[in-house]
Amino acid sequence: MMQLARWKFVVVILAFMLGALFAAPNLLTREQRDALPGWVPHNALNLGLDLRGGSYLLLEADVDALKTQRIANLAEDVEAALSRENIAHDRPTRGDMGVTVRVTNPAQMDAAFSAIRALERPDPNNPGQTNFTVRRGDGGVISLGFSESQFSREASNAVDRSLTVIRRRLDATGTNEINPVRQGADRIVVTAPGVSNPDEMERLIGQTARLTFHEVDDSDRVVEAVQTGRPPYGWMVVADQSGQPRLLRERPLLTGDMLTNSSVAYDQFGQPAVGLQFNGEGARIFGDYTTRNVGRSFAILLDGEIVSLANIREPIPGGSGQISGVGGLDRATEMVTLLNAGALPVELRVEERRVVGAELGADAVRGGAIATGVAFVLVLAFMFLVYGFLFGGISVIALLVNGVLIIAAMSMIQASLSLPGIAGLILTLAMAVDANVIIYERMRDEVRAGKSPILAMDAGFQRAWVTIVDANLTTLIAAWIMFFFGSGPVQGFAWTLSIGVITSVFTAVLITQVLLGLWVRYARPKALPIT
Amino acid sequence: MSNWWPLIKVIPSKTNLRFVKFAKIMALVSIIAVIGSLYMTMTPFRGPCGGLNCGVDFTGGVLIELDTGQTPVDLSAARSALSGTQGRQDVQVQNYGTSSDPSGRYHAMVRFQPPEGVAGQVAVDQAEATLRGALGQNIQFTRQEVVGPKVSGELFTGGIMALLIAIGLMMLYIWFRFEWQFGLGAVAGLFHDVILVFGLFAITQMEFTLTAVAAVLTVIGYSMNDTVVVFDRLRENLRKYKKMPLREVIDLSINETLSRTVITGVTALMALAALALLGGETLFAFSVSLIFGIIFGTYSSIYVGVPMILLWGVKRGDTSSDDDEPEPVKLGMASRP
Repeated sequence: MMQLARWKFVVVILAFMLGALFAAPNLLTREQRDALPGWVPHNALNLGLDLRGGSYLLLEADVDALKTQRIANLAEDVEAALSRENIAHDRPTRGDMGVTVRVTNPAQMDAAFSAIRALERPDPNNPGQTNFTVRRGDGGVISLGFSESQFSREASNAVDRSLTVIRRRLDATGTNEINPVRQGADRIVVTAPGVSNPDEMERLIGQTARLTFHEVDDSDRVVEAVQTGRPPYGWMVVADQSGQPRLLRERPLLTGDMLTNSSVAYDQFGQPAVGLQFNGEGARIFGDYTTRNVGRSFAILLDGEIVSLANIREPIPGGSGQISGVGGLDRATEMVTLLNAGALPVELRVEERRVVGAELGADAVRGGAIATGVAFVLVLAFMFLVYGFLFGGISVIALLVNGVLIIAAMSMIQASLSLPGIAGLILTLAMAVDANVIIYERMRDEVRAGKSPILAMDAGFQRAWVTIVDANLTTLIAAWIMFFFGSGPVQGFAWTLSIGVITSVFTAVLITQVLLGLWVRYARPKALPIT
Repeated sequence: MSNWWPLIKVIPSKTNLRFVKFAKIMALVSIIAVIGSLYMTMTPFRGPCGGLNCGVDFTGGVLIELDTGQTPVDLSAARSALSGTQGRQDVQVQNYGTSSDPSGRYHAMVRFQPPEGVAGQVAVDQAEATLRGALGQNIQFTRQEVVGPKVSGELFTGGIMALLIAIGLMMLYIWFRFEWQFGLGAVAGLFHDVILVFGLFAITQMEFTLTAVAAVLTVIGYSMNDTVVVFDRLRENLRKYKKMPLREVIDLSINETLSRTVITGVTALMALAALALLGGETLFAFSVSLIFGIIFGTYSSIYVGVPMILLWGVKRGDTSSDDDEPEPVKLGMASRP
């Protein structure tokens, strides 16, 4: 084994050169790195949020609300379909997973069934299936239901679309380092390096921005609805900007997804407003409605709150409209950004929010760097003391190469280096030395057992190898669990630890072997200097 | 060239310590320490965390860290200002880590449960305004964390799961690589280390966060590493000295690996001590728990893992069949004079 195999030598030299190449960008400034030609590695270490400062938001989609909404819409569809065909029926009831309706005239059962079947649409994600299933029960009952899988597909789709909407909103503000990613079934994680005050970002991301136009009932029915607390079926009571209750039809006339564009405009009083342009379908609905309802009012709601109430003075064809009375210019601009990016198909709630100031991050980097340096020097000195210049020196060289390789690997795969990650780095120093210690101590044992230096070294490597693999695999297992369990900083730690374990086994075993092999070849030792 | 450098022998190269002799006393010590730690960790039997000082990661709520510059933080003013108003609950204000760092700046940490139905962002803004009112306009907020009840619950169960899975996988690995007695010994050692580290957090009231879970997982990794080195030698010696009584083989194996145990332990402790002293307040609890964890782990691989094997006994394979082919038993040739 101490007969140096050529491939080992080649592997060591190659690994070191690649390591140096990938670690080198860390010595350059940001501008210098950006100026490098494309084929040269130019990634430096990717510092985690806790080291460079920034914000982390975990948003959760309100899937239950989506379900309620979906079922309410279905109930309305059923009501509309049956009324259109003049089929006598009870009011549809909303259940947990669907809608049931009772047809009062048994003779109309078939007509009712086919009217409802006509509502089925093929599932866009799964063309063989429909978006819900219809079943006939006893006593004239027809039930429409979603299955869990149909619904979870829909929810998953909504989260995907939300992600796109968030990206568009963030792009509009020109911040390109903010990165929203999906996590699990119903969550979105947004990390924003360098953003120490995420309030504005959070408002931009968190608003659903669902724009809806609703018919307003201007009659006295609203008084009755407020008194009894039970508005007529299909209607709802919403307070307007001045706190006055208004009776609005639940089902919107128009929604924000029928917009083609919105822009900041000014109303006739010179106040900031939001100009709207509808698409063909929206323009037609809006034109028809305003033609038939001159003199009545309609309400514009954003996320369920009335932002504008308007009286229809004349038919509005052409599909453009205006929301006036939105407040200041800032609010108008924000609304335009939100409307142009589209509404979130599902409401998102902030479940977790972490903000680290840039200064705290900088302090942490400084502390971590000093600690790493001191730890390194201590370990170095200790190895020299215990194993002398030659063997100690060899393990120190292995340790240095190990450091370079870890930095190179971390820069290459852009795993984030977190504060606990620095601790992982320091711990790796100790673990890397451990492999050397196991090998050297084994050699001492073998010499004591009477073996010649060369044989002792051979046996040392061979026997120690098993132990080293066993011992390091356990650390890898622990690190691997941290990936699945941990969030940001803990995962950063897991990255550093697992990369460190792999590189340290490589350097401690292979580099030590090559260096000792060279020493054996040229010095032809009669005794080992560690005994 | 071999002898001019005075090698520091950390421990004599041939030791013959009788570890097993003290196994019973040490077992008693370990059991008492484990029970004590468990008790400290559990009491009061309340909430998700018992006696641990859990951070917002696990309890949910709001954490704000602030920096008051050169003036010390008036903790009681901050506390009364926050407690009095806006329905905040469980308000805690404390100096953060060391009360001042080398740059002479003062830090404090505030934790509370936001009032029911108030969004995290709003709760943070309100609390920051209140703190500015109580401590002056010049304070800086260096860190904010808001964790909702759902996420904190998940992180809590996730943390427990991670620890159990880690221990389970270690047991499987050892079982696969060695024999089941070794696996049991290793797991007993792991539980011992993990419980003692929990006890450390309970006694010192250091904040128990996600990072602390990472520290415990690392202790598990290190402790296994240490145990495996001893087990490896034990297995080798069991094959080598088939007629030697088990307790003697165990003593021999621990002695043979002792210098490695000490050297690696010392390097790890030195490196972590540097981190604890110089790494800043955020890493202090992390490094301290690792330091103690490594000490516990080293102790447990000698006095918990290995004696467990003594307790259960271990199959010595073909001792009987060796009777007809006399094998020269080289009693401790490698380590004994």
